[in-house]
Amino acid sequence: MKALCWCGKKNVQVQNVDDPKIINPRDALVRITTTAICGSDLHLYDGYIPTMEKGDVLGHEFMGVVEEVGGGVGNLKKGDRVVVPFTIACGNCFFCQRQLWSACDNSNPNAWMMEKAYGFTGSGLFGYSHMMGGYAGGQAEYVRVPFADVGPLKVPEELEDEQVIFLTDIFPTGYMAAENCNIQKGDTVAIWGAGPVGQFAIRSAKMLGAEQVVSIDHYPKRLKMAAEGGAIPIDFNDEYVYERLLDLTGGRGPDACIDAVGLEAHGTTPDALYDRVKAATFMATDRLHVLRQAIHCCRKGGTVSVPGVYAGFLDKVPMGAAFGKGLTFKMGQTHMHKYLKPLLEHVRAGRIDPRFVITHRAKLDQAAEMYALFAGKKDECIKVLLKP
Amino acid sequence: MTSWFSGILPNDELHAPLEHLPRRHRQKNVGALERTISVLAGGLLVGEGLKRLSLPGLAAAAVGAHLVRRGATGHCGMYHALNVTSVEEDSKLLSHPLHQHIRVHKVMTVNKPAGEVYAFWRDLENLPRFMQHLERVSVTGEKTSHWVARGPRERVVEWDAELVEDKPGEVISWKSVGGSQVPNAGEVRFKGLSEGRGTEVHVLLMYDPPAGVLGALYARLFGAEPGQQVKEDLRRFKQLMEAGELPTIEGQPQGQC
Repeated sequence: MKALCWCGKKNVQVQNVDDPKIINPRDALVRITTTAICGSDLHLYDGYIPTMEKGDVLGHEFMGVVEEVGGGVGNLKKGDRVVVPFTIACGNCFFCQRQLWSACDNSNPNAWMMEKAYGFTGSGLFGYSHMMGGYAGGQAEYVRVPFADVGPLKVPEELEDEQVIFLTDIFPTGYMAAENCNIQKGDTVAIWGAGPVGQFAIRSAKMLGAEQVVSIDHYPKRLKMAAEGGAIPIDFNDEYVYERLLDLTGGRGPDACIDAVGLEAHGTTPDALYDRVKAATFMATDRLHVLRQAIHCCRKGGTVSVPGVYAGFLDKVPMGAAFGKGLTFKMGQTHMHKYLKPLLEHVRAGRIDPRFVITHRAKLDQAAEMYALFAGKKDECIKVLLKP
Repeated sequence: MTSWFSGILPNDELHAPLEHLPRRHRQKNVGALERTISVLAGGLLVGEGLKRLSLPGLAAAAVGAHLVRRGATGHCGMYHALNVTSVEEDSKLLSHPLHQHIRVHKVMTVNKPAGEVYAFWRDLENLPRFMQHLERVSVTGEKTSHWVARGPRERVVEWDAELVEDKPGEVISWKSVGGSQVPNAGEVRFKGLSEGRGTEVHVLLMYDPPAGVLGALYARLFGAEPGQQVKEDLRRFKQLMEAGELPTIEGQPQGQC
């Protein structure tokens, strides 16, 4: 089959590889009908995530049709149309049973790697480095889905692929980021990053009752899309973010701040340049300009919610400000399985149409150029869909 | 609670309930005879070293001071790193003059009731499903079994074992009998947790490394670290019990770059 393989920093190639097969009883094989490139794929593309191996098949946002199921999968059959959550979870461990699906104890074959790095292991992920399990991803024609009896969700025929594909990651991720803000009536939520996750966080915060949502970015097209979703846009190149947020909140600061950017933050302030230098000289791994600003701007007793990916060590975290204001931090990989059904309901009921975020559609064969385009934020690219 | 560990573990450790196990990083792991030798040799080195006011002399004194400390405290950092101990032990396990053996203790929580977890382990023929180095275990009698394992460099090692203690839902322990090439023993304790939080599985494995401490050092340097091995075995046990299968990526497609 054809699959997009990681061949090193800024080098991905569509190659012919073996078809996947059922390995374990709880596996299913899915023929992919639609897949997408995620902003977090760009961290792999840019070489920020350790333990990638050349030839790894990428992609963790995908959906398709069940081709075959293992003996342990009773709830799916050949021909079922499913979306597949990007986190892989067993459904039976302490964490799965407490809805902490991305902390699953039993789905990462390389648990020891993550244990060495983080103290404990998280769940396996599709196409997201060997530390996260090394599972082949879904930017391909077929994919093997482990624990298919608890992960994939059947989708109704009347909904097109494009309406439900984002249930596989970015919609739940944006939604959990907003849910983590514990939004109360009258709240203001400020969201850094108006990429796909930021866009869904904006709309989710609105759905969860935020009175005012603010979106901070510097790409006009993204800010325009944010405004269409009901957010007040701030272009950080034109305005002082802290002052503007204070203006918008009567000097109180946002009740919650969401960092939907993560470890590759851009910025033009001295601390952002400092991060770039340190990362470029291998003295630090993650650039956290956004996180610093979110902590700085958040109101006293507020919440900083982090759906943006961090992988390594952070330098100059303003812990004093966080402590001094008594902030709450919420973060982590999305507990996908918890959100699939309720968010599918939102889509089905027409409360949100996720198609708004799509800017580019291409064939899987064009994946390499689409990665380059998305990474370079060229052609006003926000979200790329690929068809095998 | 009596068990075959009488004489193997220090008394306080043997009779303490699990939660009172001594903190592992400072546990005594040097036996009485070796401690005496360590203190005497160390003292001699300090004395002789300090007599010569030279760099090698000072170095010898430093080494001597370390030996004295090791003897006095009964804790050796190198032994700890290698999971080696030479505290007094069951005479049947001895094969080295200073009685060193590998001793690994690991714990993992399994999200199943103690009875179920015990029952899976008690069927000894299940062990090769999660203990990677075991090829097969055959039950040969009410209390006896025959074990076949792959040692370093794919060498096949076989031995007979007998159950020492067996309390449903609580403990299983066993030891090798007869002239095993690798004398070994093991104990697994099950501690059911409240509020349906599953079962703590405490595993203690001991064996005489085929080539003594040097063999253990060799194994450690070349990748077969016994502590990590036991941990991975326990992890596979947990995965089988909870998920019903072992997660794997073996056999999945991979590109050629």
